[in-house]
Amino acid sequence: MDAAALASRFPATQDLAGKDMPTFRVAGSDLLAAVAYLRDAQGFDLLADLCGVEWKDRPTRFGVVLHLLSTTHKEYVRLHVDAVDDRVPSVSSLHPGANWHEREAYDMFGIVFEGHPDPRRILMWESYPYHPLRKDFPLAGIEVELPAADVAEVTGKKVVPAPMMGGPFVSHGGKLSEGEPTALDQSWNEQHPKA
Amino acid sequence: MVKSDFGYNSKVEGEVIVTRADAVVNWVRSHSVWPMPMGLACCAIELMAAGGSRFDISRFGMEVMRFSPRQADCMIVAGTVTYKMAEVVRRIYDQMAEPKWVVAMGACASTGGMYRSYATLQGVDNIVPVDIYISGCPPRPEALLDGMMLLQEKIRQEGGSLKRTFRGRTIETKIVS
Repeated sequence: MDAAALASRFPATQDLAGKDMPTFRVAGSDLLAAVAYLRDAQGFDLLADLCGVEWKDRPTRFGVVLHLLSTTHKEYVRLHVDAVDDRVPSVSSLHPGANWHEREAYDMFGIVFEGHPDPRRILMWESYPYHPLRKDFPLAGIEVELPAADVAEVTGKKVVPAPMMGGPFVSHGGKLSEGEPTALDQSWNEQHPKA
Repeated sequence: MVKSDFGYNSKVEGEVIVTRADAVVNWVRSHSVWPMPMGLACCAIELMAAGGSRFDISRFGMEVMRFSPRQADCMIVAGTVTYKMAEVVRRIYDQMAEPKWVVAMGACASTGGMYRSYATLQGVDNIVPVDIYISGCPPRPEALLDGMMLLQEKIRQEGGSLKRTFRGRTIETKIVS
């Protein structure tokens, strides 16, 4: 992998000095050309992964990370893209396998992939109003209506929050781990509502 | 079935059997429970094992897994019910003909199990009436068979087999000879 070639072709590219594999941050406007260049000229012919990220300390809240694999040179390269205004160009025209990955990133984070052939949610139902992997989405969930109005009518049920404290994986020995920031708000359960 | 169930002795009574209609109808129903395998997660693997020769659910007349709800008596909910899938589970339940029963197989179907989550229904009894809950994650096939035998016992004790009220509606069964 010739890192200098990528940087010289796309001047906005920033080398992030990845510890495990070459890692670059490319501009959203360069993404399609960069992925096409890596695929056709550098042999990175397999999109191993595409995922959304919510950054804590970057001006753009969301980003997308792509892992590309060269099946001939047995090398990986990682590309970061900032989602300016929550938008990123879709690479599914270059790697058809990106289709469902991008739908998942849209479903979980609300990142819009421009030019995606089928921009629907993939896990949650289409009318679900939130994007559950965002940091401001509580782990327990938020009360909304059931997706089917007739089932909601006959059962009288809703989608209700399910806090960890009501579940089987909470020790009763005291405070929860600091490493799980979203778990700190789990002092309540169905029997003892949030104060 | 032992002889004393009917008090029947062919030498004395000939071709006539005297019993209650409920007993006959319930006996037939309890030995021909046709399951609707609502396999949603790993519990379905154990459900399949129960159908195999080692555990052999056909010993209880339940080997006829029907994938059409119109032909099934008992929905075995085997696995995690997401809110997105809950609609489908409820619709398939509605399509099943009366009388019908529901078995919640395993922790997820019974309570949501380990999935304390924005996406998971916390127990299938939120949307359909459940007759038997089976613990386990997943339950072994023996546990499923034990639950199904409990369901048979429950069916045998049901009253008003020919005419009964179910969810506000009166259901009448006619015997055609």
